Amino acid sequence: MSRLNPRRIALALAAPVLALVVAFIVTSIILLLFGDPVGDVWKTILTWPRPRQQVQVINAATVYYISAIAVAIGFRMNLFNIGVDGQYRVAVFAAAVFAGQAWLPGILNVLVALVVAMVTGGLWAGIAAYLKVKRGVSEVISTIMLNAIATGVVSWLFAKVAVRPEGSNVVQTKDIPESSRLEGFALIPGATNRVYSMILLAIVVGFLYWFILGKTRFGYDLRATGRSETAAVASGVNVPRMVMTAMIASGAVGGLVGMPLLFGQDFNYGTTIQSGLGFAGIGIALLGRNNAVGIAFAAVLWAFLDIQSNALQIQAGVAQEIVFIIQGVILFAVVIAYELIRRADKRIEQNRVAKELASAPKAQPTTEGAPA
Amino acid sequence: MSAAGLEVGAKTVADRPAKRRRFGAREWLIVVAAALAILSILRIVTDTPDIDSSGALIAGLAAAVPIALAGLGGLWSERAGVVNIGLEGMMILGTWGAGFCGYQWGPWAGVAGAIVMGMIGGLIHAVATVIFGVDQIVSGVAINIIGLGVAKYLAVRFFTGVPGGGPTQSPQIDSLPNFTVAPLSDALGNLEGKGWFFISDLAAVLRALCTNLSVLTILTVLLFVGTWWLLWRTPFGLRLRSCGESPVAAETLGVNVIRYKFLAVVLSGGFAGLGGGFLALVAAHIYRDGQTAGRGYIGLAAMIFGNWRPGGLLAGAGLFGYTDAVQLRGGGNVHAFLLLFAVILVAVGVWQIVRNRRLVQGILALVVGGLVAWWFFGSDAVPPELTGTTPYVVTLLVLAFASQRLRMPAADGKIYRKGEGH
Repeated sequence: MSRLNPRRIALALAAPVLALVVAFIVTSIILLLFGDPVGDVWKTILTWPRPRQQVQVINAATVYYISAIAVAIGFRMNLFNIGVDGQYRVAVFAAAVFAGQAWLPGILNVLVALVVAMVTGGLWAGIAAYLKVKRGVSEVISTIMLNAIATGVVSWLFAKVAVRPEGSNVVQTKDIPESSRLEGFALIPGATNRVYSMILLAIVVGFLYWFILGKTRFGYDLRATGRSETAAVASGVNVPRMVMTAMIASGAVGGLVGMPLLFGQDFNYGTTIQSGLGFAGIGIALLGRNNAVGIAFAAVLWAFLDIQSNALQIQAGVAQEIVFIIQGVILFAVVIAYELIRRADKRIEQNRVAKELASAPKAQPTTEGAPA
Repeated sequence: MSAAGLEVGAKTVADRPAKRRRFGAREWLIVVAAALAILSILRIVTDTPDIDSSGALIAGLAAAVPIALAGLGGLWSERAGVVNIGLEGMMILGTWGAGFCGYQWGPWAGVAGAIVMGMIGGLIHAVATVIFGVDQIVSGVAINIIGLGVAKYLAVRFFTGVPGGGPTQSPQIDSLPNFTVAPLSDALGNLEGKGWFFISDLAAVLRALCTNLSVLTILTVLLFVGTWWLLWRTPFGLRLRSCGESPVAAETLGVNVIRYKFLAVVLSGGFAGLGGGFLALVAAHIYRDGQTAGRGYIGLAAMIFGNWRPGGLLAGAGLFGYTDAVQLRGGGNVHAFLLLFAVILVAVGVWQIVRNRRLVQGILALVVGGLVAWWFFGSDAVPPELTGTTPYVVTLLVLAFASQRLRMPAADGKIYRKGEGH
């Protein structure tokens, strides 16, 4: 059957819509149960964001997108990289220190810093990959451990290189020179803040993810390994090497997660570094079903809910953490909806085939033995 | 994508002849005694009495219990074939349940509240994965997100403005009973103070086991014994484990696989919730945002470390709790461990070269061992930022060096639907 079958498209769209409706209902029930103002909450979250918030949504989505792609690379071959948080942390630190030295001029500094971040993130994930391939250590454990170790190692190194700028009492790494800062694009009219230039990076990462995994021999092998390891081995895939490559690639992309923040907003590595980006990436990758475009929608939705919920405490007097409940319920609802729709789809298909077979002209009766 | 994961590396040991003796009670005793002897030598050589003082061990025990309980939750769930990455979320729910019920109706109500909140998390996971057949990783991740959200939302809703409470923490909760066998504890403390080789260390261990023992710690031990007996010594346990090994075979034998899986996952949430409750009721006497700090994941790691068995899980949780407590008590302790690492690495290096003829790996271990030794002799203390990573580094190293004989339940993470096994 063609992939552009209208029924298929309708079914594919039905799941996310259904999930949003379910999330809306479940969250409303919770709010009602605890006597919070349901109307005010939805009014705050669902008002069309002002230009400033629109930019914030796009920027947050950019970061989430890269994080989710990093997780998705692992998912596509059945590797569960919980370690994007750690890979992101070591990489953004390394890149900040490198770019802060200002050894290279302008944009060249940025580009080499991106490479530094990818190498650092890849190496950090490489530890987990090595342990998995050579010692059989589950990547679920090793990446959890490496997250905590990354926090310790980075704060130790940070204490060694950190400086205190004149007239400030926060410590940070050296600021990136003015010439290497990316001022961003004024995409949204009327907004004083700008969209990160690194949105281009996110687009490139997304395109390469789609192209390499979907259109190349390597990507095919990778997905085949994820689907059926035995089949992959039979077709000549070197599974340990594949694990190494996929994990390191995942870590390298994970290393890029902090780049929009570093070059578009913070300009140094300091104590205000965001954590939890890797974990958000897991949810977003799952919501986007590991699809380059799907993840983009999921990232925007996630970021939209995040940014819109900031005003909840003031506007509705409700804890903004309610947004976690919404996000979690969406994630649940979407997978349950896909599952139910898949089953419904199967049933419709079976009925259709059965009907066609029933109405088809009777075939020649099989002649067994001599006709009477 | 499925929750079962790739199985690289497991094959390298699959072909070895299975001539290994069973690792029974006697072997465990020998291992514990050997570990204690090594610690004792380390204590005397590096002159750091705190690395196995009863104080450190008591703190280690308290740190190990919540991890062990989370791991126990994982054990029940995964033995029935459902991967439970949502332990963290269930634990968070447990901390809130303990905080809310604990300050309103007393600490025992807090215990019940923690278990019930955890079971609600387990129930969601069970409905999603067992009834609807949702991918178990997705469901677990969603529960972690929801658990965090629910706890924070409810904390703001119920603890704001309450005397002693606030949007991120509950009021103080009364203590649960503690047990100390006073004469024995004092006598052992006396013996410990002598600083004799092995005997004083043994006294410290025994003293830790009879001093300030929380009733929840005792309950945890009972739960472990009960779990072992129930899952490995009764028909019920055999059926439950058969759901994790081969649900289709279990179905043909008349086991109601769905019901067993459902029950196991709900109980799993209860255990994880109790682990969260321990943090709130015993460790802090208060609910606080972010109290679990990833212990649900550590519990999962301890369970995998323990090869999906209760004894191994306890060992993993104990190792993690002990190293965590020791590092919290000062950088000098971790500094002493550097010497131990160096010696182990050199031994591994020599063994790899002499016995296995693996020159590259042997030399690598020797070089790293030499570097660690140089670090030990060249410094007085490990920087405080790095000591915090000790439990994680130790867990990784142990997993990397212990030869990999881990085997998860055969159908773990696989979605089961009734009547579809052809």
